[in-house]
Order: sequence, then structure tokens, then C-alpha cells
Amino acid sequence: MGAWQSYRLRLQRKRWRIRAVRKRRELKREVDRTAEIRPLDLLCFSTIRNEAVRLPYFLQYYRDQGINHFLIVDNDSTDGSADYLAAQPDVSVWSTKASYKRSRFGVDWLNWLQMRYAHGHWSLTVDPDEFLIYPFCDTRPLRALTDWLDASSIRSFSAMLLDMYPKGRLDEQPYQSGQDPIEIASWFDSGNYTIARNKRFGNLWIQGGPRARMFFADQPAKAPALNKIPLVKWDRRYAYVSSTHMLLPRGLNQVYDEWGGEKASGVLLHAKFLDTFTAKAAEELTRKQHYSASVEYRAYAETMRDDPDLWCKWSEKYINWRQLEILGLMSKGNWA
Amino acid sequence: MTVGIVMLVHTALGRAEQAARHWAEGGCPVVIHVDANVPRKTYVKFTEALSDVPAVIFSKRFRCEWGTWGIVAASQTASELMLRTFDDVRHVYLASGSCLPLRPVDELIDYLADRPRTDFIESATTADVPWTVGGLDEERFTMRFPFSWKRQRFLFDKFVALQRRLGFKRRIPNGLVPHMGSQWWCLTRQTLTAILQGPDRREYDAYFRHVWIPDESYYQTLARQFSTNIESRSLTLSKFDFQGKPHIFYDDHLQLLRRSDCFVARKIWPHANRLYEAFLTDPAGAMKRTEPNPGKIDRIFAKAVERRTRGRPGLYMQSRFPNEDWENGVTAAPYSVFQGFSEIFENFESWLGKATGSRVHGHLFSPERVEYADGQTTLNGAIGDSAKARDYNANAFLTNLIWNTRGERQCFQFGPADNQDVIWRMSKDPNAQISVISGAWAVPLFRSNMNFMDIRKEAARLQKIESEHLDVLRSPYAKARIRIWTMAEFIEAPMEPLQGILDEIGHTQMRRLSEVPKMVDLTGFGQFLQNLKNQGMHPYLMGDFPVALGPEPTQASPRKPYLVR
Repeated sequence: MGAWQSYRLRLQRKRWRIRAVRKRRELKREVDRTAEIRPLDLLCFSTIRNEAVRLPYFLQYYRDQGINHFLIVDNDSTDGSADYLAAQPDVSVWSTKASYKRSRFGVDWLNWLQMRYAHGHWSLTVDPDEFLIYPFCDTRPLRALTDWLDASSIRSFSAMLLDMYPKGRLDEQPYQSGQDPIEIASWFDSGNYTIARNKRFGNLWIQGGPRARMFFADQPAKAPALNKIPLVKWDRRYAYVSSTHMLLPRGLNQVYDEWGGEKASGVLLHAKFLDTFTAKAAEELTRKQHYSASVEYRAYAETMRDDPDLWCKWSEKYINWRQLEILGLMSKGNWA
Repeated sequence: MTVGIVMLVHTALGRAEQAARHWAEGGCPVVIHVDANVPRKTYVKFTEALSDVPAVIFSKRFRCEWGTWGIVAASQTASELMLRTFDDVRHVYLASGSCLPLRPVDELIDYLADRPRTDFIESATTADVPWTVGGLDEERFTMRFPFSWKRQRFLFDKFVALQRRLGFKRRIPNGLVPHMGSQWWCLTRQTLTAILQGPDRREYDAYFRHVWIPDESYYQTLARQFSTNIESRSLTLSKFDFQGKPHIFYDDHLQLLRRSDCFVARKIWPHANRLYEAFLTDPAGAMKRTEPNPGKIDRIFAKAVERRTRGRPGLYMQSRFPNEDWENGVTAAPYSVFQGFSEIFENFESWLGKATGSRVHGHLFSPERVEYADGQTTLNGAIGDSAKARDYNANAFLTNLIWNTRGERQCFQFGPADNQDVIWRMSKDPNAQISVISGAWAVPLFRSNMNFMDIRKEAARLQKIESEHLDVLRSPYAKARIRIWTMAEFIEAPMEPLQGILDEIGHTQMRRLSEVPKMVDLTGFGQFLQNLKNQGMHPYLMGDFPVALGPEPTQASPRKPYLVR
């Protein structure tokens, strides 16, 4: 990569940061407990909208993993999500009625909060339907991982999005608040992922899974990206470029080994396909606040009308991280 | 007689305090060196916390940066203090704050009491071990290193390069033979005093002060000078990964550590509460065997390093995406590609499946859809049969398919009508067994009901594609097991090649086959080729076919099927 290219990326990074600073005005501070953040705390960042039913389990899951503080942007929820969050002792909440799309799907807002609060912290950026699985997560807390990453001079940790789905109709088993969604959406595709390298940003572009198989079989290029880098030892100069798919500086995207070895990586279990999905898809279709005029949701709506079964004969049922490791979806790397 | 513990501490002081108390309670005096980088306030608090234990004392503090002299200086002064203060110490054991005693302290004392003259220090000549990381092995003893590797890496590297260019060499004093090894040793009073009180110490110290990572070579080299009985191994279980940093132990290693029978393990994660609880509070966990046996831990860590450096062959995923030719295994398992066979034999796929017991697909790369075995629409790993999805990344489709079906050999048909994007990946893959009957694509055309001009056009197209494919297969980069016959050659004697392929697949069932591959009727094929030639389209890939005849003189009676045993 030439100096010119490198300089342009630098300018781009600065542009995203300036944009994030400008977008801070859209955020209204609801409950600010950030004074309680201690220097070594693990932080979790998220943007939510009408997720009241998911929040209790979401918070519990990450508290158990060892997240010390949650910083959440509430994008105009109408179901009491904000009040629920405000009542939690380890959550700081900002609210906004501004456009999700024009904040580049929440990235600008979170970039700002991270710039402001995450400097020097390990920062986990996830949606409320994403559940981080990392090697040894059943026996070691998240801090064991971040300590090890620190000791290995690794700044970013990759966790691919793994779409989970139930067997049968989506609305067959309604999700109850506080329940582990993976109990319902416990199936996944184990080996139909394709990877391409993004030369410019140095990240991998992963597509596949049930969404590509069911909704995008005839237009595979449009299938959603599944590569994610949610866990980063944040520095105020960093910026997410597009969702958590890639970051700048581009060195942070180098979460894969190019010479045959395996770096350590995890998986984000994506519990999107619950009974709540149909309503959500219908709403997003009219809101048009998602990527590329909600192309994804249009494809869903078309297919969902026939109420398909995402499950197929070769679907795998989720057991634990070791299973995902054996299947080659994540890796321990040299962590043992 | 007892063992004195010299403990070097820089972080997790709380854990260090626990360990120190444990040693002291077991009857071992402890001298603690706290890194000068630790703030004074923290240090004072730490000393006060341990003030109730008389057998724990503190030595003068040095600044310890990794790879520099400070660590040696710290262990020197602490050892001197130990030998001076505690007369009944026979062995001195160098440990760190993140070391955890795994066996009861008296077992260590007894073990050492049984070996009163033995120095336990890993010590090997640099030429003979591949331990070093970063390429500095011999040179760490012959160059100067004034810059910090951690903080001034650029200057460090440049200065090394400069010294290499100038051929700069330091003299090694008194003909010392440099040795290296784990920095965690256990030396006898005799050896240690010989090192610390030797007449040449000043000279040695001056020399080692500028050696790279002296804590791994100072004692290791000098012990060779003075010791009468060196046991070249460390009593501390400490494994290093490929970057030269120690592996860390967590709660889930509890059983492994217990079974290892090692005396001390390093490095323990400070928050591994269960480990500290188990090993520091419950001496009943003692084991009867005497010799440490870390074999299983060795294997686990060796595997982890291999996974990081070599990875799993044939796997492409979010954290393993090798550059071309660096895959260390293009695909995960051997597979067979057949080109032209299903055109020449009528029931080739089912026959092959029975003969080899492997899964035989149709044309996986056919332009219409993916032709999985038995007409399935999805395969292992939930790969669909959409041709578009496959062609979006045909190479990934192939590697995914082979990865997902590990443990079962895959065979599939290929041909010039199929997507050719994968031909390079297959021909460079040592796992691929590619068998080609060139020109066999003409048989379906010959048997088809198309207009002759369309046939001519299609034949010209397929011939061009196959010819390019053969060039790839014959290129010097091809690493697959490749066999190519012209069609004329093959049908002359098909048994031998088929048998050869089956033998290589290796699953050949010894019992007689109930079905045999039956060749299609090729009567008039020679004339068909001649017609193409007459139209100006020269089919050459099938070899020389006699015009009037088929593959053999045409017979009135149906041909006898070929038998393959």
C-alpha cells in the first residue's frame, strides 16, 4: 500500500471522527453513570430500538461474561426500553430521535461515545440480538481473553456473525423476556461461508449462512456481510467505518493470519430469527432506515410471506464453543 | 536445611503476597524483589501487608525491563541477601510473583534434600536449540544492545542491522561458552556463591550487562563454569508460545496442573481464583509420584502453537485466510475429479460409488445447478445447489465442500462445459486426483439430436476450453495427482487406467463388483469426428480415431461389457 493510499485512509478516518463529533448533538443524555467507569473496566456499546423484550437477557449475558458498564443509545423506542435501561445500575443511556440511517446505522453515535468514554478500555460493540462466544467462554471470563490479548499485543478480536434460527416456523415458539434466545433459535449453517479480501481496508468480507442460502441464492453478491470485529482495545483515534465490519486504522482489520496459521477468534450468535422478526421486518420495510434502502428486509419480506423454514437437513444444532471451533467457524489460535 | 525462594514481583502483588505466605508457612524463607517501576505507595503497602511474616524480607529494588540487565541485577542482590540472611538455605529457587507452587512445600524441600549437590538450571548452547525468537541467537552474545526492544524497536533493529553490516563483534571473556535456558532456576548455595563471589564477577557482569536478554543466559552460562552437577531442566513448569511469551494458566487447567506433578507453575492468571484456592489452601492434594511429568501440558501447548502457526489444512475462515500458495493444504482432504468418464461410461457414477465407497457427485460445477450425489439439493454444511451462489465464489465452494465432508472421500465429474474458475485451485492442490479423458465431451454431442452446425460450434467451444484446462494441468505449478489420456488411447484399454485410479483411492472393495461400467455405443463416432473435420473444425483432443471404424471394428452383436476387478 502506497503512502498516498495510506494518507487517504487517514483523511477518511478523520472525516468519520469529525462526523461522529458533529453527531453528538443528536444524542440526549438520559442517564449518565460514566463517572463510575474505572480504568480497567470492560465496556459494552450498543444502539437499540424497541428491544424491551430482549434487553433483560442481553444485559444478563454480558454481565455474566464480565462487562462492567453498558453505554447504550436508544433510538426512539416506544416500548419502554429506555426506562428499563435507565433503571439498571451499570447502564448509561443516551436517546435520540434522529435518523438511524443518517447516523450511518448508529456508527456515528457509537464512534462518538467510544471516543469520549472508551479510550484505553476494551470495548465491545454489539447489537441486542448478538451474543459473543469466544474460546473457553464457558470457563474463563471475558477479562481472561482481554488480558491475554493485551499480553499478546493484539488490539482487535474478530467474531463472525452466525445467524441462528429455529426449526420450523419462526412464530412457533414465542420468545419470553429473559429467556435465552438460543434455546429457540438453536440451529445454524456450519459450512457455506465465502470469504473475499477487501484490499482497501484489509478486512475480510464474509457472506453466507441461512440468509444467503434462503433470501439471496440468486443474487449472492447482495447477501449481508457477516465479518465483525466487535472487541477492540479502544483508542480515541479509532473509528468504525461500517457497522462493526471494519475499522480504521486498517491495521485493526488484520484479525486473520495470511500465512496458514489461525489467529484466535470468536463468534457472535445472531438471534435475529425469533417470532419478533416478522413484525420487525414489516416495520423496517416502511421505515427504510436500514442498509441500502433496507434491501435485506425487502428480500426477507418477499420470502417470509411464504413463511419458509430456514432449517434444512444439514443445519447444525448449537452445543458450545468447542463445537464451533471443530467446525472451523472460530479458533483458539494459540490461546490454550 | 531448606530452600530459599527469591521472588521477582512486578504486578498482581496480591497474588505474590499469597504465594510468599504459602512458601513461608511451608518453612521456606522468601526474599522479594519488587520492580522499581511499581509506585512507591503500592510498594509500601505491599511490604506492610507482609510485615507479620518474619521469613519474608525485601531486597533493593531495580528497574526491570524485559530483556535487560535489571532482572539479573535484581536476582543477584536478592540472592546475596538470601544467602547472607538465612544460613540454613542450601538451594535457592528463583520464582516470580505469578508462580504458583503446585505441590506441598515440604515435598520440594525433601526432593532437593535428596539431591543436595544438584543444580536445576536449563542450560543449552545456542547453536543447538531453536528457542530464540526474532533471529538473535549467537548474536545476542556478540553485539551491543543499548536500545529498548519494547520501547525503541526501530532503533533496536537499526542498530542490530548496523552492527551486522560493520561486522561488529564483542569478545566473550575467559572463553565462556554461552548457554541459554529458562530464567527460572534452582541453584545450590555452592554454585550460587561461586557465581556471586567469584573473582571475575566484575568482568562477567560488565560483559553480560550488554548481552540481549541476560536473564536467560547469565546464570545458565556461569553455572556451567562452577557447578559440579547440572541437571539441565527447570523445576518451574513454564511454557512459551511462538512469540516467546509464556503461556498462561487458568482455572480450567486445574486438573492438568494437578496431574503434572510439577513443583511450581508459571504463569498463572491473577484472577484464576480456583487455582490459587486449590493449590495454596489444600496441601492434601499431594501426589505420591516424585518426578514432575508435564507431558500432557506440553502437548496441549505445542498443539496451540501449531494451530497458530500452521493452522488446519483446507480451512478458510475469519481468522485464517492464507495467501495463495501459503495455504499449508489447499483443501482439507483428498478428493477425485473425473473428466470424460461419465460421458464414456453409461452408469459410471453409481458404479464408482459402489466400487470405492466414496460419495460420487455429478457435475458439481455444471452451469444449471450443482449436481450433488443422489439428487440432493443441499450438502454437508448446508451448501445449497444454486449455480449462481456457487459461481459467486467457486473456489470457496470447492474448499467448503471438501472441508465439510472431511472423513468421507468425495468424487465428482468435471468437464469443459462446467465453470472453469476452479481449475487452478484444483490443479495446484496435492489433495486432488484429477483424471481426464480428453475429447470425451464430444460423445454427448455425437449422441445428441442437435443441428450439426450447432454441434460444430459447441465442439469448437468445448475443445478450446478443455485445451486450456489441459495446459493448466500440465503447467509446472500443478501439484495434483494428474492423469490424462486421449479418448482413443483410453478406450483401447480402459481396464488398466480405471484400476490404477481405484487403487489410488484406496477404498477398493475386494469382493467382486455386482455392476460394471458399461461403455456407451460408439459406433459411428469416427465418422462423426470426420464430419467435424470436413466442416473445418478439427477435433484433436480425442486422439486418432479411424474414420470408418468405431473404437473397435463394429460388431453386429452388442459389445461385451468391460469388467473391472
